[in-house]
This record gives sequence, structure tokens and C-alpha cells, in this order.
Amino acid sequence: MIKDNAPELLDVQGLTATVDSREILRGIDLNVRAGEVHAIMGPNGSGKSTFAKVLAGHPAYQVTGGMVRFDGADLLELSPEDRARGGVFLGFQYPVEVPGVTNGGFLRLAYNTVQAARGKEELDPLEFDDFIREKMQLLEMDPDFLERSLNAGFSGGEKKRNEILQMALLEPRLSILDETDSGLDIDALRIVANGVNQLHTSDDAIVLVTHYQRLLNYIEPDYVHVMENGRIIKTGDKRLALELEDRGYDWVAQEYRERAA
Amino acid sequence: MSTIETSAIETSAIESSAIESSTIESDFLGSLLTPAADAGEHHDAWLKARRASALERASALSVPTTRDEDWRFTDLSSLYRLQLKPAQAVGQVDSAVLKTLMFPEATTRLVFVDGHFNTAATSIVNDDKVRVGSLRQALRDDTWRSARSAIESHLATIASVSDDVFTAANTAFLQDAAIVHVAGGAQLVDAPIQVINVATGHEMRSNPRLLIIAGKGSHCTVIEDYVAVGGSAYLTNSVCEIVIAPDAEVRHVKLQREADTAFHIANTTVLMQADSRYRNWSVGVGGRISRHNLNVVQNGTGIDCEMHGLAMISGRQLADTHSSVDHAFAHGGSRQVHKTIAGGSAHAVFNGKILVREGAQQTNSSQQSRNLLLSPRATVDTKPQLEIFADDVKCAHGATVGQMDADEVFYLKSRGLSEAAARNLLTYAFAKEVVEHIPVASVVSVLESHILEQTRNKEA
Ligand SMILES: Nc1ncnc2c1ncn2[C@@H]1O[C@H](COP(=O)(O)OP(=O)(O)OP(=O)(O)O)[C@@H](O)[C@H]1O
Ligand SMILES: [Mg+2]
Repeated sequence: MIKDNAPELLDVQGLTATVDSREILRGIDLNVRAGEVHAIMGPNGSGKSTFAKVLAGHPAYQVTGGMVRFDGADLLELSPEDRARGGVFLGFQYPVEVPGVTNGGFLRLAYNTVQAARGKEELDPLEFDDFIREKMQLLEMDPDFLERSLNAGFSGGEKKRNEILQMALLEPRLSILDETDSGLDIDALRIVANGVNQLHTSDDAIVLVTHYQRLLNYIEPDYVHVMENGRIIKTGDKRLALELEDRGYDWVAQEYRERAA
Repeated sequence: MSTIETSAIETSAIESSAIESSTIESDFLGSLLTPAADAGEHHDAWLKARRASALERASALSVPTTRDEDWRFTDLSSLYRLQLKPAQAVGQVDSAVLKTLMFPEATTRLVFVDGHFNTAATSIVNDDKVRVGSLRQALRDDTWRSARSAIESHLATIASVSDDVFTAANTAFLQDAAIVHVAGGAQLVDAPIQVINVATGHEMRSNPRLLIIAGKGSHCTVIEDYVAVGGSAYLTNSVCEIVIAPDAEVRHVKLQREADTAFHIANTTVLMQADSRYRNWSVGVGGRISRHNLNVVQNGTGIDCEMHGLAMISGRQLADTHSSVDHAFAHGGSRQVHKTIAGGSAHAVFNGKILVREGAQQTNSSQQSRNLLLSPRATVDTKPQLEIFADDVKCAHGATVGQMDADEVFYLKSRGLSEAAARNLLTYAFAKEVVEHIPVASVVSVLESHILEQTRNKEA
């Protein structure tokens, strides 16, 4: 929800980034306040995931210009783990499989690490077990997933649910969910979207990267942005998503070029 | 882990021989074959004869150099330059320190300090089916009478001295040994036996020896453990002989937790009879230079063996495992996974020979060498060797060398884990396949903590 006096959580100005000296992000501006839901849409390869990973601190990308402030601090100065501890969460488009690392053990380690960094209480294995099972219920996940290796052999949809489970555990202030909807079946989409809605409060913000209007029926965005060629070229409200569904992206790009000319 | 498939990694660097180095080597051999002051004690004639012929053989051999094919990556010249004294009396070990080295499941424990039996620290639960103790006890104590002929048949007959100067030297000075004798039918599945070899480590050499005799249809679990309480350079030259009667199963855990300054040279030779099973876990984390020769001889049909190896090294450590499995009869099986984790400038070496002789039809054998390099300066040389002379067999082998996957590290860090915690967790994930099935829970947890804390302990 948009509130005029809500504190600013994320402030991105003129962000540019390269991978292997190829420029992917070409000057991104984005402003997110507590309580808001933003959707970022845009054609394949336009830089949405790159933007998300740069915010999370992925070492493959070099930031070449611009600035990012998160909760008043310079986000780009922080290590990925400090960003996570500080409340930035990235739900990956392609969560990696980590064979040999038990999901349940990893979730507890992540939870306790973040709790400790925030000066909050850690949980022992038994307490954690109760706690995580409750969160899993919210997402209708089978507790068996705790015993398996992290994401290893998980179906596409199972991986996405596991991402949202991690979001539920880590209680982020800014969640960037990169195509969390792709791979989810119709029921799972509803369940996961419900989960996200329940986690969302007026203190945190959500940035959804998606290709489909369907998700936005469940999680209503306050703003919809269109990314193309490493820039946000148009911003509107939720009606923009419907229009994009109808008309595709070409007209947005054309409009942008005309404006620029 | 990101991996690249490799075949054997070959280098052609052959060191030129220098005259002064060969005198260093022969001086070292001379000192290796100098008896300790208390060596002239009384022993049974058969043992004296075996010792004498081993000494004769050792004197005819020379110590290995990198010019020897089997030692081309493992340069012992820094060992040969040391002036090592034979370990004399029983070294002093703090009992509180000893306690921390014991695995609670192992109610039967033999403690050897610098190769000498330490009665005080030993705890033995013997019954009429199981005899655990020192060779000296076995040869003079009446309660050992029934085990004595088996000891005489097997001790110093299983591990060959013919072309192994270290095993020959160990046998030549065989004074005492740990003996595990499990009579036919005895079931010791949940009562592991721990043989702790403590090095107090002051420029000395010791020759620990272990003999495991598993009678028909028996089951036992033995932890052969090498630990250090001292820090300076020393040599552990150990030999472990195992003979497994038909239908018996031996689970053998070898832990090498020597000091980082140690030289650890070990020979494990296993003689298996029909329908027997051998499960080996060999984990090495210590030693400046360590070498493990693991030889399994299948001497009957329907034999099955498993070998799970892990070497985790860093700094300037070198860990070398040479294994061989000799399939001589039909319906044999062997499965081997050898993993190495090398950080710093460490060097891991693996050479795994699988021999399938003409008569060994329906042999089913697999061997995997998996290697994780944690730093750009770490190296690995791995060489699986299959020699197959039978036509109806299934043999698979493979080797991979890889680095830690940057996306996996990032994924874990994006959930709040520090770089070190993420890397340690992924290292443990790599090692887990070897570690997790070790049949003694406290060994698993000791190794798990060791790996999860490695970056905190050492430079990775
Ligand atoms: N690590 C990388 N190495 C090389 N090229 C990369 C890398 N990461 C991203 N790119 C390139 O950057 C561009 C943007 O990729 P990105 O994944 O950000 O697109 P996206 O908008 O998320 O697309 P999609 O909708 O298909 O998920 C693409 O051309 C991609 O190939
Ligand atoms: Mg993407």
C-alpha cells in the first residue's frame, strides 16, 4: 500500500552495471517505500535478474555507476551476507541446487545467523523444528523437504516454494522475488501468493519480477515498471500490467524512444 | 561443485639425480634400520625369523625418491634430512588430553604411545570370543592361548615386505603390536574397538602395528586412530594387517589426525577369503606428508569390499593414497570413492589400481576419484588404473577435479552466511558422502565439526 509518509527503503539512482565488461544495466532509477509492492516486467534479457542480483551483491556483476541506498545506508558497500542480515532478500529465478547440504540444517543455520546479527534470539534444533514446520504449513510444504539436500532434485515449483519459505524465515524488509511465479502450478501460485501476502506488512516492501499478469491478481502491485535494455522505461499502476498483457512491450519502447528523441 | 572431467594428469618432470642426495637417502635408511636400545628382547622363534628376513630385505632395498614411479609426486627428501631417533620408552600423555581423543562408543580401547603399549590408558572388554590387546600379552598370557596359532599364521605374513622398504623396516623392528582377534561367529557390530596411536612427536620415529583377525562369520568394527599431542617433526611408519575369514565382515576406520609437521607412512593390507566383506573408511587430515598404501587382496569367490577415502589438507601438506584391489576370483565386487580437498598450496595424490585377473569373471567394480581444490595454488594428481584380464566384468571408473561453485557460495551468502561458513558448509557437503556412513556416530560428528570449522582453524 502507498502511504505518503512511509519511510524510504530503497533508493536507486542511475545504477549501471557490467558483466565481463559488457554493460547490462544502463542507468536504473527506482524508489521503494515501506509498505509498497512494485512489479518489474519487461522482455527477456532486459536486465531484470541482473538488477535483482546486483541488489543482492552477486560478485559476477560490476557496478560501474550510480548509487543504491537501503534503509539509509549505502547498500553497495555491504557484503552479500550483510545485505541479507540487514533485511534484503532475493528470491532467485533459478535457485541453485546444493547437493550434500541438508535443507533443514541450512535453514536453521541461515535463520540463526541472521537472528544473531540482528541481536535476536537463536533457536535450538527442537525449537527450530516447530518453528519451521509452522512456516511450511503456511506454504503447504511437506516437512520431508527438510531432510533433503537443499534444492537438489526439487521440481521447479518446489524450488520456488522453498525460496518463499526462506523469505518467511528471514523476515526481510525488502524482498525481491525474481519470477517466483514461473514454475508454479495454478494451486501453488495461489498458495505461494497467499503466503507472500501474509508476510507483507506496512514495514516491508516487495519487488516482484514477473512476466505474467496472473500473479498480480493475487499480489496487487502499487507500481508496475517496464524494464528494457537495462533501464526502467515506464512506470504505471496495476492497470499498466493489464495493458502490457494486451499489447505487449513494443509500444512502450516506441513511446520511450519518441520521448527521448 | 563445478567439475571438469580429467583423465590421469601427467607431468614429465623427472628430477635429476644428485650424488649428495643419494648419501642422504642411504644414511636415512641406515638410521631407519638401527635398532632401538631395548630391541634385544626375547621373542618366539617364528617372530624372530620374520623380523630377521624383513631386516635383510630392508637392507637390500633403498628408500623411495621421486624417480620411483610410485613416488613421483611424493618427495620425501625433507624426511630423509631429519635425524630421527627410535621412540624409546613410553612417552607421557596427559590423561585428560587422551580422554578427548576417545570415541565413547568404543568401550574397548588400546592405547599406544610412540608405538609403545600404554597399559594404563588401555581399556579392554575381552570375552572368550574376542581378544584385544598387545602382542606381548598375547604371546605370554594364558587367556590368549586359543588365539596364538592364528596370530602366528598371520602376523607379518599379509603385508608384503618384498618391495616396500617402510613395511620391511616396520616388520624388522616388530616388538609389539595391537592385536584384535575375533573368533568365528562373534558379533561386535555395535561395539567398535579403538586403537589409538599417540605421537608425542619429538624428532622420533615409531612403527605402530595392527593385526585384525576376523574369524568365520564374525563382525567387527575397528577404529585405527593416529593422533598427535606434540608438534615437531616425527615419522609414523605404520602397518595394519587384516585377515577376514569366509562370511566375516570387518569395518575398518582409519583416522589420520597427525600433527601438520608429521610424516605418516602407512600400509594397510587386507586378505579376504570367500564371501567376506570389508568396508574401509580412511580419513586423513594431518601430516606434512602422508602416504597410505591400501591393498586389498580378494582370495576367494563372492567377496565384496568398499573403500571410502577422504584427504583434507591445506597449507603445504601433501596427502598421497595409493590403493590396489586384486580381484582373483569370480563374483567379486569392489566400490571405491576417494575424495580429496586441498586448500592453500596443498597437494593431493591418488593412484588407484584395480586388477581383475583372468579367473575373476562377473567382477563388479567401480572407482571414483573426486577432488575439490579450494585455492588456486592447490594441486591434485589422480590416476585410476584398471587392468582387466577377464572378459565378463563390469568396471567403471572416473575422476573429477573441481573448484567451489561461485553461485553456490553466493546463494548461501545471500541467506546471511559468512563467506567462511558458506565455504565450510560446501566443503562438508563434498566430504559428506565419505564421512556420513562411518559406522561410529561420534567419529562422524568429530569429523563434521573439523570440516565445518576448517577455515577458522587454518587458511583454506
Ligand atoms: N553472468 C552473466 N554472464 C554473461 N551474460 C550475462 C550474465 N548475466 C546476465 N547476462 C546477460 O545480461 C542480459 C540480461 O540478463 P537478465 O538475466 O538480467 O535478463 P532478464 O531480464 O532477467 O531476462 P528473463 O526475463 O529471461 O529472465 C542477458 O543478455 C544475459 O545474457
Ligand atoms: Mg530473469
